[in-house]
Amino acid sequence: MLRFEAASASPGEPWLNIAIFGAFVAVTMVIVFRASRNNKTAADYYAAGRSFTGGQNGSAIAGDYLSAASFLGIVGAIAMTGYDGFLYSIGFLVAWLVALLLVAELLRNTGKFTMADVLSFRLKQRPVRIAAATTTLVVCFFYLLAQMAGAGGLVSLLLGIGDQVGQALVITVVGGLMILYVLVGGMKGTTWVQIIKAVMLIAGAGLMTVWVLAMYGFNFSSLLDRAVEVTQNPAILDPGLKYGVSEIAKIDFVSLGLALVLGTAALPHVLMRFYTVPTAKEARKSVVWAIWLIGIFYVFTLVLGYGAAALVGPEVIAAAPGGPNSAAPLLAFSLGGPLLLGLISAVAFATILAVVAGLTITAAASFAHDIYASVVKKGKPEPGAEVKVARRTVVIIGIVAIIGGIGANGQNIAFLVALAFAVAASANLPTIVYSLFWKRFTTRGALWSMYGGLASAIVLIALSPVVSGSETSMLKTEAIDFAIFPLSNPGIISIPLAFLLGWIVSVVDNRREDALKQSEMEVRSLTGVGAEKAVSH
Amino acid sequence: MGNEALSEDVDLSHVDYPAVQQSPEFQELRKTHRSFVFPVLGACLAWYLAYVLLAVYAVDFMSTRVFGSINVAMLLGLAQVVTTFAVTMWYVHFANKHLDPKAERIREEIETGVFLDRADEGTVR
Repeated sequence: MLRFEAASASPGEPWLNIAIFGAFVAVTMVIVFRASRNNKTAADYYAAGRSFTGGQNGSAIAGDYLSAASFLGIVGAIAMTGYDGFLYSIGFLVAWLVALLLVAELLRNTGKFTMADVLSFRLKQRPVRIAAATTTLVVCFFYLLAQMAGAGGLVSLLLGIGDQVGQALVITVVGGLMILYVLVGGMKGTTWVQIIKAVMLIAGAGLMTVWVLAMYGFNFSSLLDRAVEVTQNPAILDPGLKYGVSEIAKIDFVSLGLALVLGTAALPHVLMRFYTVPTAKEARKSVVWAIWLIGIFYVFTLVLGYGAAALVGPEVIAAAPGGPNSAAPLLAFSLGGPLLLGLISAVAFATILAVVAGLTITAAASFAHDIYASVVKKGKPEPGAEVKVARRTVVIIGIVAIIGGIGANGQNIAFLVALAFAVAASANLPTIVYSLFWKRFTTRGALWSMYGGLASAIVLIALSPVVSGSETSMLKTEAIDFAIFPLSNPGIISIPLAFLLGWIVSVVDNRREDALKQSEMEVRSLTGVGAEKAVSH
Repeated sequence: MGNEALSEDVDLSHVDYPAVQQSPEFQELRKTHRSFVFPVLGACLAWYLAYVLLAVYAVDFMSTRVFGSINVAMLLGLAQVVTTFAVTMWYVHFANKHLDPKAERIREEIETGVFLDRADEGTVR
């Protein structure tokens, strides 16, 4: 059905792809410039003046959350390993119930700009803020690496740039664009990029889904039959192709499932989005919108994944530059030729750009607000200095992301994202839940839980087969092998450990925290008294 | 809202938060909130975990064909999506009906000075 001249050549027209992507950049740039005219205070820069509606913010959350890993990674995983890829989709979606029921509204009511605002509300400011900023920066870094690595792979497919230098150049361009968006637009500009991208991504995926189904008379079962016929493997319809191969792989999957479902509500860039709306009620509406959009999108991934298996075939996908990550673009090409490929590629690029921008502003806000303004300047920075520091941090993070992205080029993106989820669930979630719901929680408990969760997750990843011991590991050789931890996702150990540490250390800690602050936090979190108001311009 | 001008007038740094926290209205709100979110979230996570464990340890059951080539695993996956949507709508309905009015009443009381610190204002309940 599809034939390629050479494995490194791009299907479709590289210039068409560049033109469509260029148009996206031009349109969003204009919007970002217009949106940024009111960026004056820290509340404008970090929280877009808290002026977005629930619907807008919900779309932006979907735009922030449906990363390249969701779109390219999951479609590729379903096309190659069948049903097991869909398990990612379910975990990513169900996770939103934790955010909706436990976190979103209470966080909006008690915090200002960052996750650390909430965690340090009734505990000792300095140490808790430093810890929360550290975990925020680490999670954002992992997530950024995944997105930048995805950018490299995507480029090789779309522009026919196969060599490392060319890909590095494109990663640099993506990073540079992202710095510009965040520098100029702040949270408002970033939010608009995410909204536009969410609409494009969901519309594009929806169009392809209807198209694929139409080719099989809207009979999903015959699509599955065709996928089985092409792959000559009936097992792609059943779970177990990837995670059922051994007992270790099974436990590994349970570990991944835990990290996915508990990680979302602890992702700093998702949490920060709740501050861009005026009230807790709008924060609730945002999550409801996000759940609908994200849920519908993940149902599309099931059709698109099997569609790619049926219409493109796993052999072609595996041979294409970018490997499994190219399944969705290749499916677009086989459906609508170079034009649809160009559109879907532009969407994929926009996806990476929007997510990277969201991560960058979160990391910059955390550094400038939590470390610089609250710890270094003891909460009294000179007027305007905090935003200035945030802007400088954006540039530094951008450069780090570009270098890291070039280094991580070629790594599996869904995997890297899953690691970011595991780190977030271990380092942040226990402290978020305890500080919102458990009176006896202490500063020492928070520090042990955050640093313990962070360290255990990272050490276990370093000692896992992801890093060393095989050709497919990060070190890319069998010669170096220090993979003494058998699982590739640490969640099943590090998440319970972090919960346990926070609990035990608080219980044995004989110092009492400020009871007045605890009362204030609980009253404010549930009633919304004294919550940060929208900025009126 | 109509109360915004009022809320500007009350200095929230003098609110007696422990008194609010111990008031029966607040305890009621807290109980209503917790007795919804904890069990519902617990049930959802258990249902998700059951699905993951089935996918890993009960492959034969999950591979049972139901309609044509559509198997139990796909139906259970879609059921996860459906329950997520349903719980979302349920919570929104519950919060609008049972949480928001209670929270709003307490917020209004605080913002109109019902719970001001006795040392500063002398208005005690």
